[in-house]
Amino acid sequence: MNSNVAPIATGELEDGGAGMSRSSEPENTTLKDEARSRQKMISIRGLKKSFGDAVVYDGFDLDLPQGQFISVFGPNGCGKSTLINMISGLMPMDAGEVLYDGQTINETKISYVFQNYREALFPWLRSIDNIHYPLKVMGVPKKKRDERVEQLLADFEVKIDLNAYPYTLSGGQQQTVSILRALVTDPEVLFLDEPFSALDFEMTLFMREQIQKIYLKTKTTTLLVSHDLEEAVQLAEKVLLLTRRPTQVAEIVDVDLDWPRTTQITTDTRFVDLKRHCLDVFWREVKAT
Amino acid sequence: MSAAIPQILKQPRLRRALELTLGPALLILVWWIAFAGELVNKDLLPSPFATIADTAVAIANGEMIHDFIQTLIRVGYSIAIATVLGVPMGIALGAKDSVYRSLEFVIDFFRSTPATAMFPLFLLLFGLGDVAKIAIAAFAAWLVIVFNVAYGVMNARQTRILAAKSMGASNMRIFRDVIFFETLPQTFVGLRNAVSIALVVIIVAEMFIGAVDGMGHRIIDAQISYQLTDMYGSILAAGGMGYGLNLALLIVEKTIVHWSGK
Repeated sequence: MNSNVAPIATGELEDGGAGMSRSSEPENTTLKDEARSRQKMISIRGLKKSFGDAVVYDGFDLDLPQGQFISVFGPNGCGKSTLINMISGLMPMDAGEVLYDGQTINETKISYVFQNYREALFPWLRSIDNIHYPLKVMGVPKKKRDERVEQLLADFEVKIDLNAYPYTLSGGQQQTVSILRALVTDPEVLFLDEPFSALDFEMTLFMREQIQKIYLKTKTTTLLVSHDLEEAVQLAEKVLLLTRRPTQVAEIVDVDLDWPRTTQITTDTRFVDLKRHCLDVFWREVKAT
Repeated sequence: MSAAIPQILKQPRLRRALELTLGPALLILVWWIAFAGELVNKDLLPSPFATIADTAVAIANGEMIHDFIQTLIRVGYSIAIATVLGVPMGIALGAKDSVYRSLEFVIDFFRSTPATAMFPLFLLLFGLGDVAKIAIAAFAAWLVIVFNVAYGVMNARQTRILAAKSMGASNMRIFRDVIFFETLPQTFVGLRNAVSIALVVIIVAEMFIGAVDGMGHRIIDAQISYQLTDMYGSILAAGGMGYGLNLALLIVEKTIVHWSGK
């Protein structure tokens, strides 16, 4: 089965822009649906990580379905960011293995959006060149890059002056540029590390809607680390609740609510019930010694 | 009429110009009071206006310009050599923490050693000519540049490096596309420090190491031959050179490192 998947992935890598623009065509949805029926999985086995004396992960196993939006939530210091940093390959693990439907991290196209957009964007490049940059690293020729970026901007109706340098944009606009930069490579897995925590409340609500639009359009496997339970529940199909250190899975909560989920949904009874359940699990874990 | 003056002061551009000229005007005023009131021995302090007039003549007949340009050329050479040798070395040192730490003491030691203390050594090595002057100024400037660039590399934002890594950029590419730019603000700090140190060293070297021209030579010559206005004027011109170089670098920095501090 793995050997079936590999050529598709590399094929997309090679034909750059042309392959990527496919994502907006309806036939792609059926392809993704088919993939989902085979249920690709992210498998984490025997993960270990310590910082000095603090053991954060010691034999952590987890299976997550691909093609879904998954939020990661847990007590302070339980290693939410550490988890996605390790499974995205940004941070080395002490021991363990992560496979994306049988593929290693290096064989998987991943993108990462950092919490601190100010320190993650390249201020010496104009916003548009920031978005181009990952494609440049991949060696995509200029013409195909232009096509791909144009397609991306059209898909998401971006209304930002992208010829401006990032530091002249507002926080929300900068994070939007970050997200576009992450999406431009048409990643198989998208990691978001508390992407909205540096934004003001109004902008956060707006960005939650934006990220939903992106997810609903691309159906890219998305892992969101959040310190805001409401956000974690509102955006996700599954909420991964973690215990305190050494960290284990407390519970994986299915969020079976209709899309799109506006701010209004946060007062819906089913939403409130789900959130309360998550909160109960959270408190149980915080108080556990 | 009395109401019109504050009105004029409210115009920001005019106000700014007034603020800028106030300092130098005050300096000349204090100088003139000291001179006219004979607060300082007349044999040690000429009139500010006579100094300005004589300096203008020296500039007009080309004498001072020649010295000015000679000094500028020597500073230019030293900085060019220091930059060409210092930036790559700073980057190489900063790239590996362990390498930098093992050389940190040596760099810090020579950075703290007064460059002028090494004049005799450089005279032995390079003789009395321009080469010795440029070499010692380049050496002092080089240390400052190496130090600052290495620090810039070591303090590069990890997030940006991680971001490039997550896109699959090779180490070489991360260096060229990320770390180099991350280092630029600190490189310019080093460059500006290096220029002022090089200027000090060159001026002193011109005074005492067999120079036939340059601002240092001109100042000491004027002192020996007791040309007071020339001496004061040359000191001011040397100050102008230092100020101008710093300002020019700041402008270049603002243009290239436009993101600095944002």
